[in-house]
Amino acid sequence: MSHSPDPAMLIAQIKDKLGIGEDKVYAVIGEFAEPEELVEAGRRIRGMGYTKIDAMSPFPVHGIDEAIGVPYSKIGWIAVCGAIAGITTAQVLIYYVGKIDYPLIIGGKPLFDFTYSIPPTFELAVLFTAITTFLCTWGLSGLPRLYHPSMNYRSAHRASDDRFLLVVEADDPKFDAQKTAQDMRSVGANDVEVVEG
Amino acid sequence: MSAVVQDPQLMVVNPPLVQGARDLHDLTDQISSVVEAKVYETPLKYWITLMCTGSIVLLLGAMLTYLVNTGIGVWGNNRPIGWAWDITNFVFWIGIGHAGTLISAILFLFRQKWRTSINRSAEAMTLFAVMCAGIFPLFHTGRPWRAFYWLFPIPNTDLNLWQNFRSPLIWDVFAVSTYFTVSLLFWFTGLVPDLATLRDRATCKIRQVVFGILSLGWRGSARHWRHYEQAYLILAGISTPLVLSVHSVVSFDFATSVIPGWHTTIFPPYFVAGAIFSGFACVMTLLLIARWTLNLQNLITIKHLDNMNKIILVTGSVVGYAYCTEFFIAWYSGNIYERFTFLNRAFGPYWWAAWTMYSCNVFIPQLYWFRKMRTNLWVMFVISITTNIGMWFERFVIIATSLTRDFLPSSWGYFHPTWVDICTFIGTIGLFLTLFLLFARFLPMIAMSEVKGVASHEKHVFAGQVEGSPSHR
Repeated sequence: MSHSPDPAMLIAQIKDKLGIGEDKVYAVIGEFAEPEELVEAGRRIRGMGYTKIDAMSPFPVHGIDEAIGVPYSKIGWIAVCGAIAGITTAQVLIYYVGKIDYPLIIGGKPLFDFTYSIPPTFELAVLFTAITTFLCTWGLSGLPRLYHPSMNYRSAHRASDDRFLLVVEADDPKFDAQKTAQDMRSVGANDVEVVEG
Repeated sequence: MSAVVQDPQLMVVNPPLVQGARDLHDLTDQISSVVEAKVYETPLKYWITLMCTGSIVLLLGAMLTYLVNTGIGVWGNNRPIGWAWDITNFVFWIGIGHAGTLISAILFLFRQKWRTSINRSAEAMTLFAVMCAGIFPLFHTGRPWRAFYWLFPIPNTDLNLWQNFRSPLIWDVFAVSTYFTVSLLFWFTGLVPDLATLRDRATCKIRQVVFGILSLGWRGSARHWRHYEQAYLILAGISTPLVLSVHSVVSFDFATSVIPGWHTTIFPPYFVAGAIFSGFACVMTLLLIARWTLNLQNLITIKHLDNMNKIILVTGSVVGYAYCTEFFIAWYSGNIYERFTFLNRAFGPYWWAAWTMYSCNVFIPQLYWFRKMRTNLWVMFVISITTNIGMWFERFVIIATSLTRDFLPSSWGYFHPTWVDICTFIGTIGLFLTLFLLFARFLPMIAMSEVKGVASHEKHVFAGQVEGSPSHR
C-alpha cells in the first residue's frame, strides 16, 4: 500500500516471466514443405532428447502429436463437467420455479415432473457444454494473446499458409542455440533460425 | 490401397474434391483474395445486389417499426387463425438453418470430406436463418423490448413471475436460443484458423489489428490443434442431437396441442426431415450463386452438388412418406375430426397450397433419381427454389388448414395476409441475403484450413492423376 512498483520494472518483470525481450532467445525454428517431413523430423528431433518441441501448421497434421509428444487434450472431461452443470442448473431452476417460488396449477399437471423438464434440461446441458468447450479451447491453448515470440520468425506467416514449422524452445534443458540449429538442419529443415523472444 | 486408388476409373467414380489448385498457397490465395479485394476489385454486380437486398432490409425495419407502433393487428392473424404467417415464417427459417448444422456437424462425424468446401457458408446460413426466424415470435409478442423477461427465466421486478416450464413454447425459447448460441460458437471456432491466415496476410494496419484480435493470437501450434480438434469433435457431437432436438421441440408447439392435424406423434421426425430438406435446398441456391459469381468451381465441384442433391432426394422422399403416413393414420384412426382435417387439407379452401406443397416437395425432387438431373446446374437451381417454396407451403398448410376449420362450423374462417405480413416476410429474405452477401465478401467463405487438409490428403491419393485434369468450369 505504501508505494506502487515502478511500471517499467513491472513490465520488465512480466516480460522476463513470459520469456519476451530482445535479449532473450525463444527458440530455434525451421520449416518444411510437406506435413510428412514435419512428422518425420519431429520424431527424429525428439529422438535426440529434446522435450520442449512444438510444431506450427496450417491444418492439423496427423501423427505430429505422437511424434513430438503433445499430451492428450483434457477438453473432453471439462466438457462433461459443463454438461453436468447444465443439467443441474436446469433441474434446480425448473424445480424452484415450478414447485417453490411460483406454483401454478395448470390443467392439473404436477408442479414438477422429470418428463416435462427434459427438453429445457437437454438444451441447457448442450449450451453449457458448448460454452465450456469453447472457452477451454482457447484457455488451454494460452489464448487469446496479442503477441507471441514465434512471430519473430522470418516466415512465421507461412505457418498459416503452406509451410510446416518445427520449434525447439529455449527452455529445453538440452537447448543450445548453435547445436540445436545444427540438429534442426540435420533433420532436413529449411530456413533454420534462432528466434528472439 | 494404392493399387485401388491409382485406378483411372476412380477419377470418374470418385473425383477429387479440390481441383485446379497447384499447391496450398494457391488455395490460400484463391479464398483470401475475395476477402482482401479492394472495393473496386469486387464485381459491380455484387455491390448492386447488396444495394437491392439492403433496401429490402430497410423495408423490414419499416414494417417492424410500424407493427410496434400500431400493434400486431396490422398482421392478418384473426380468429380462428391466431397463428399464421408469423409462425409459418418462423418454422420455415429455423428449418433452413438445420442444413447448416447437418453439414457442419453430422457430416463431420460421418467423416464426409466433401463437406469441407461448403460447411462454412452453410453454418453462416444457419446463423442468419435463425436470426430471421427469431424476429417473428419476438415481434409477435408486440413489445419485443420486454420479451426478454417474458421469454427467459430472469428474476425481475418488471413482472414478478416465472415462466411455465410445462409449456412447449418455453422449451422452444430454450431450444432456439441454445441453437443460435451453439451455432455461433461452432462457426467462430472454425473461423479462427482462417482469421489467423488473414491476419498473417494483412498488409494494412487496420486489417492486422482487426484480424489480430479476432483470431485470438492463433498460431497453428500442435498444442492448439490438439485442443481445437477435440473441441471441434465435441461441438459437432453435441450439435448433432441439438439440431434434431430443435425442430422436434418446434414441432412440439403443435404436437402437444389438441388440434386435429397437429396432435400427432409423427411430427418430430417429419419436421426434422423437412427442415433438412429445405435447408439443403437453400444451401444449394446460395452456393450456386456464390460459385458462379465468385468463380469457385474448382472448390465447389459437381461432386459436391451431386451429393447434396442425393440428400435432397432422400429427405424429400422421407417428407413424402410422412405425408402418406399422415393420410393413412387420419383414415385408420377412425377419428372423424382427423379425417375431415386431412380431406379438407387436400380438397378444402387451401387445396391450392396443399397441392403446391405436394408437387414441390414430393414430385419434383424425384427427378434426382437421374444422374443427368443431379448434375445439371439449371435443374438443380430451379429445384432448389421450388423446394423452398414447397417447404414454406408445407408449414403454411399445416398451420392454416388445421386452424381454418375449428370444431364448430360457426368458428370457421380463412386467412388473408395483409401487406404488412407480405412485406415483413420479404424483408426477412432481404435480411438473410444481405447478411449472407456481407459474409461472403468480408469473411473467408470456404474453410481454408479444412480444405487444405483434404487437398494435402488427396495429393497422395491422386498422385499423378490430378495434373492436367480439366476442372469443372
